[in-house]
Amino acid sequence: MSPAKRPAPDPTGHVPGGGRATPVAVDGSDRRADDLGGRAPGYAPGRTLPLRVEFIRQLRRRRTMAMFGVLLALPWVLVVAFQFGPAGRGQGSLRLSDLATAGGLNFAAFALSVSANFLLVVAVALFCGDTVASEASWSSLRYLLAAPVPRDRLLRQKLVVAMAYSAAAVTVLPLMALLAGTLAFGWNDITVPGTGEVIPAADVLPKFAVVIGYALVSQLVVAAVAFLLSVGTDSPLGAVGGAVGLVIVSSILQAVEALGSLREFLPTFWNSAWLDALAPEPDYSGMVKGVAVSVTYSVVLIALAFRRFRRRDVVS
Amino acid sequence: MAFPGGRRALAIVVTLVILMAGGVTWALWPSDPVVKGRDLVISVMDGPADDQRVDLDATFYPPASGGRAPAVLLAHGFGGSKQSMREEAGRLAQQGYAVLTWSARGFGRSTGQIALNSPDYEVKDVRRLVDWLAERPEVRLDAPGDPRVGIAGGSYGGAIALMSAAYDNRVDAIVPQITWYDLADALFPDASGKGPLNGVFKKMWAGIFFSSAAERLAPDGGAGAGGLAGLAGAVTGSGSTTGNATQGDTTQGTTGQGNAGQGSTAQGTSGQDSTAQSNTAQSNTAQSNTAQSPGATAPATPAAGPTASPGGDAAGGLDAGRTPGAEQVQCGRFMPQICEMYQKVAETGRATKEAVDLLRRSSPISVPGRIKVPTLLLQGQRDSLFPLSHADANARAIAATGAPVEVAWFNGGHDGGDGEADWLYDRTTGWFDHYLKGASAGGGDPAVFTVTRDGGRDPGTRRPVLLHATAGRYPGLSGAERTTVTLNGPQQPIANPAGGSPSSISAVPGLGGLLGGNGGGASLALDMPGQAAVFESAPLTKPAQVTGSPTVTIKVYGTGEATLFAKLYDVSGGSLPVLPSSLVSPLRVTASEAGTPVTVTLPAIDRRFDAGHRMRLVVSTTDLGYATPAAPAVYRVALESPTLELPVDAALRTPATGPAWWTWAMPLAAILVAAVLLLTGSVRRRGEAGDDPAADAESAGVPLVISGLGKRYRNGEKAVDGLSFRVEKGQVLGLLGPNGAGKTTTMRMLMGLIHPDEGEIRIFGTRVRPGAPVLSRLGSFVEGPGFLPHLSGRANLELYWQATGRPPQDAHMEEALEIAGLGAALERAVRTYSQGMRQRLAIAQAMLGLPDLLVLDEPTNGLDPPQIAEMRRVLKAYAERGRTVIVSSHLLAEVEQTCTHVVVMHRGRLVSAGPVGDLLGAAPAANGAGPRLEDVFLDLIGESR
Repeated sequence: MSPAKRPAPDPTGHVPGGGRATPVAVDGSDRRADDLGGRAPGYAPGRTLPLRVEFIRQLRRRRTMAMFGVLLALPWVLVVAFQFGPAGRGQGSLRLSDLATAGGLNFAAFALSVSANFLLVVAVALFCGDTVASEASWSSLRYLLAAPVPRDRLLRQKLVVAMAYSAAAVTVLPLMALLAGTLAFGWNDITVPGTGEVIPAADVLPKFAVVIGYALVSQLVVAAVAFLLSVGTDSPLGAVGGAVGLVIVSSILQAVEALGSLREFLPTFWNSAWLDALAPEPDYSGMVKGVAVSVTYSVVLIALAFRRFRRRDVVS
Repeated sequence: MAFPGGRRALAIVVTLVILMAGGVTWALWPSDPVVKGRDLVISVMDGPADDQRVDLDATFYPPASGGRAPAVLLAHGFGGSKQSMREEAGRLAQQGYAVLTWSARGFGRSTGQIALNSPDYEVKDVRRLVDWLAERPEVRLDAPGDPRVGIAGGSYGGAIALMSAAYDNRVDAIVPQITWYDLADALFPDASGKGPLNGVFKKMWAGIFFSSAAERLAPDGGAGAGGLAGLAGAVTGSGSTTGNATQGDTTQGTTGQGNAGQGSTAQGTSGQDSTAQSNTAQSNTAQSNTAQSPGATAPATPAAGPTASPGGDAAGGLDAGRTPGAEQVQCGRFMPQICEMYQKVAETGRATKEAVDLLRRSSPISVPGRIKVPTLLLQGQRDSLFPLSHADANARAIAATGAPVEVAWFNGGHDGGDGEADWLYDRTTGWFDHYLKGASAGGGDPAVFTVTRDGGRDPGTRRPVLLHATAGRYPGLSGAERTTVTLNGPQQPIANPAGGSPSSISAVPGLGGLLGGNGGGASLALDMPGQAAVFESAPLTKPAQVTGSPTVTIKVYGTGEATLFAKLYDVSGGSLPVLPSSLVSPLRVTASEAGTPVTVTLPAIDRRFDAGHRMRLVVSTTDLGYATPAAPAVYRVALESPTLELPVDAALRTPATGPAWWTWAMPLAAILVAAVLLLTGSVRRRGEAGDDPAADAESAGVPLVISGLGKRYRNGEKAVDGLSFRVEKGQVLGLLGPNGAGKTTTMRMLMGLIHPDEGEIRIFGTRVRPGAPVLSRLGSFVEGPGFLPHLSGRANLELYWQATGRPPQDAHMEEALEIAGLGAALERAVRTYSQGMRQRLAIAQAMLGLPDLLVLDEPTNGLDPPQIAEMRRVLKAYAERGRTVIVSSHLLAEVEQTCTHVVVMHRGRLVSAGPVGDLLGAAPAANGAGPRLEDVFLDLIGESR
């Protein structure tokens, strides 16, 4: 179509412009006519939209970059903020925030506790809520579906990639906090909030892995809600905002004492149960319940998302 | 969310919220106890000679289960009445017990005077009540005249339960709460172990205790009721936790007015039954004179009112309407000898032998070995009136007889705290279920010893949580084992201030409920400088869980008799030192210049001293709650031994409750639900696949066959209606129609994006479904381009091809890029492109892999004339290879020049189909210049010019 470019000879030998009839094309056409399976050569539903491709598609987005930038910068901002505080303040106090400067591990626990309730929720909601809705808003969704990428597969691959990004977000923050805290406050044994006991750093590292793992699982509900909303709308912000909104509503409800044990089934109720893992005698019962609630909600919500997407008329 | 999908997701969220709200309502809906009590008056004869008549105001709650059921006597606390027990009684009756509540003599509307649970008075009253129960048809009997009966109550009511069990062997089980073992020791404690005669007078509690009977006389409670409220509230703590105290007071205040009418009707209804019983009672000679028929006495009682005591009881009875006399304001409804005793000891601050004897007659200490029934002792950890040591003594005394005993230290007591009303109720009914109904104990280890502990904070609300640590054995206050902590501190002089003021503060009776934090952490503890010696430990290297009474030996130097108060603080670096449960151990010791060693038993507590905290022993000369000498003095206090002995019970464990059943059931159920959702979701698709042969061999060579296609909008209007046409190889088909003709909808169905309502589309003989593999032979550009704006044009095409999963060499990428003709712009992000550039890139994307069927929607939109001409040529050349092109357009000239065939649509229906030449040939020449497609088209859709 570009008159300027058309006369230029194609280095590959395929003749552009008028000489468009390439041997390859003719052969291909004949082969296709014989193929009663009705699919193009080389096409296999199981090979569509490889994870690598979806990773690249999402990676270079500004919001991905910005979110990881914030998550990586936050520990350093906190380190600087703690440097401003008067030295020795809160000495002897056993609150998590006052113990943050006791060492890298304490600092990482603190960073996780302050970000788990909102920042990480937003990060997870962003990665999972944006994934399908943004494709819909760019109209690229219909070309992927017509490629064709089977709907279940499209959703599965997108879910895997979104979850992977979410997991990276949840993991990268405490790890960076551990690094920043260790550089700033040293590699010290962890001082348990509340009781003041000191646990050797080597003993607590595996527990720290449990903590991060639990933080991941407890964000599953957010991911699932965001994903369900993402499948249902072509407004990425709507999906992200909806998921964050649900978390807020749940947090408000769990403050209503009158609900009694019903609150245990709110998706956010057990979000800070990971604190129990850092106790001298770790109590995992709260975390087990949290995992159960989280898995329950997310399995159903994700199934709903698949069901919805299969039946949906893609009109965007 | 402009899309129906978003709306439905919203609907799901709203439904969830509504479900939650429903759950809240269900959880909060008030449920009234169904069982209504029958008010009645039971006249009894008591006194040493069984010759004093007392009318007890009682309420009987028949068992909801009907038939003969075990009976429970519910005794109220000091300052309360039967009204205090109404709620608990209703609940117990609901659970199949015959429940009798009564106002003890001297309380509420009962007549008589308070004799402090004396064996001659209150205990005899209870025996008569047991007699009465034995006559009831609702009550199960162990033997004639011996009902199956248990007694429960708090404080004053707990003591009557213990005393009654000692004096009446028909009692089968008791649950005394927050009560005493030795009333003399409770009012004159001595931590050096020399007994109440050497004890320090607990003046504030004693004052509240004794004056509360006088308070009852004030027409409207009076201003002094505040302190009393604490007592009454805590005493009756087995009811609801909050509002009990005030409720008790109002009940008392209003009884005067409302009684007569209410009382008489109640009597009327119960009169029949009672007369019948009086006959049987009379036949029983031993009881005939005491178990008076309520029916017989009924008429007199309501008229006389609660305060007029019949039978010549001396000064106690008092009409609320009259100005009380001197003795009455002083003694209230106490018996004169008790009042007299109190006046004496309160004045001197020292116990007398007579006082101790009198108080002990009302205490379980006077009946060693006689309480032989299963006993559940519930004692409060926050109780400076009857501390844990009293339950401990009771437990040891009863266990010595071989009777089953269980002990629980709950978060509550006379000084406030949580109260744990529901838990206490559950333990009480559990005890009675076991020992009265014979129900087997629920599985698991028996919790012989239970201690309520701070369980940290609720993960959701961060509010305090109470945990119940249990052990299979009750080790007593000295603990199952002992550890030691070393205290440091020099000999220190401390002064007793003249007049005993100002004084240190530990617990303030009656204020406890106001101050008491739930976790037991809050305290008002205050030591006056110069009055307190301090001995402190080094920071603890590991936490210490103290369960019982720590002991320490100190030495007191000086002259004369010293009254001292020892307390053990938990000192953390940051916050104020905490005095566990606000408890203090008073002791009286004779100081000597050589130093008198004395072993101090510190208050019994259950507390975890965290690592890094210090233990601080403080010995002071004053305490607000106790009588201290007025004469000024100075003593010196030192540690005889630096060892602080701490009792520990390692067996106490918070039961590791296995994961709740729902922790595994819920995820499994969720997986099931998910499976159902997914399977039912695909049924429709399966059905379609079922009636579809994999491919129609006959039409396998035909690029596109549309037959009977229909699609409705959501509002029911048909977007596509019965559309059928066929496209052969090599054709360039123009899809013509005005806006809204259904062209785009048809193309979307062609791509498998939307589901047809009827009919079918076959591409190369295969029916089109969403994601059908045959779509890989289709290249499409419908309704504008769709690219990832943050990626370059080249990256977009490359990633798109990779997304199809097909081999890179099949893409013919360079040819496609040639068609796009973007030049250097190919490496820029798509978001910087113009509309035309995107359009060309999108057409190039559609041609990737040189699909056999190319579908283009308005491909020339946004292109300039040279580009349009080029496009026309490209499409023609494309079709010459045996491929097929479908172009939708409303540019008629475009179609006319590009296409070989044309399909004309209007309002979702096919209007005409065929070669362009045929269409033009069929039309009459309008103005001699040969037919124009435009005219034909307008003619076809019925809008001829």
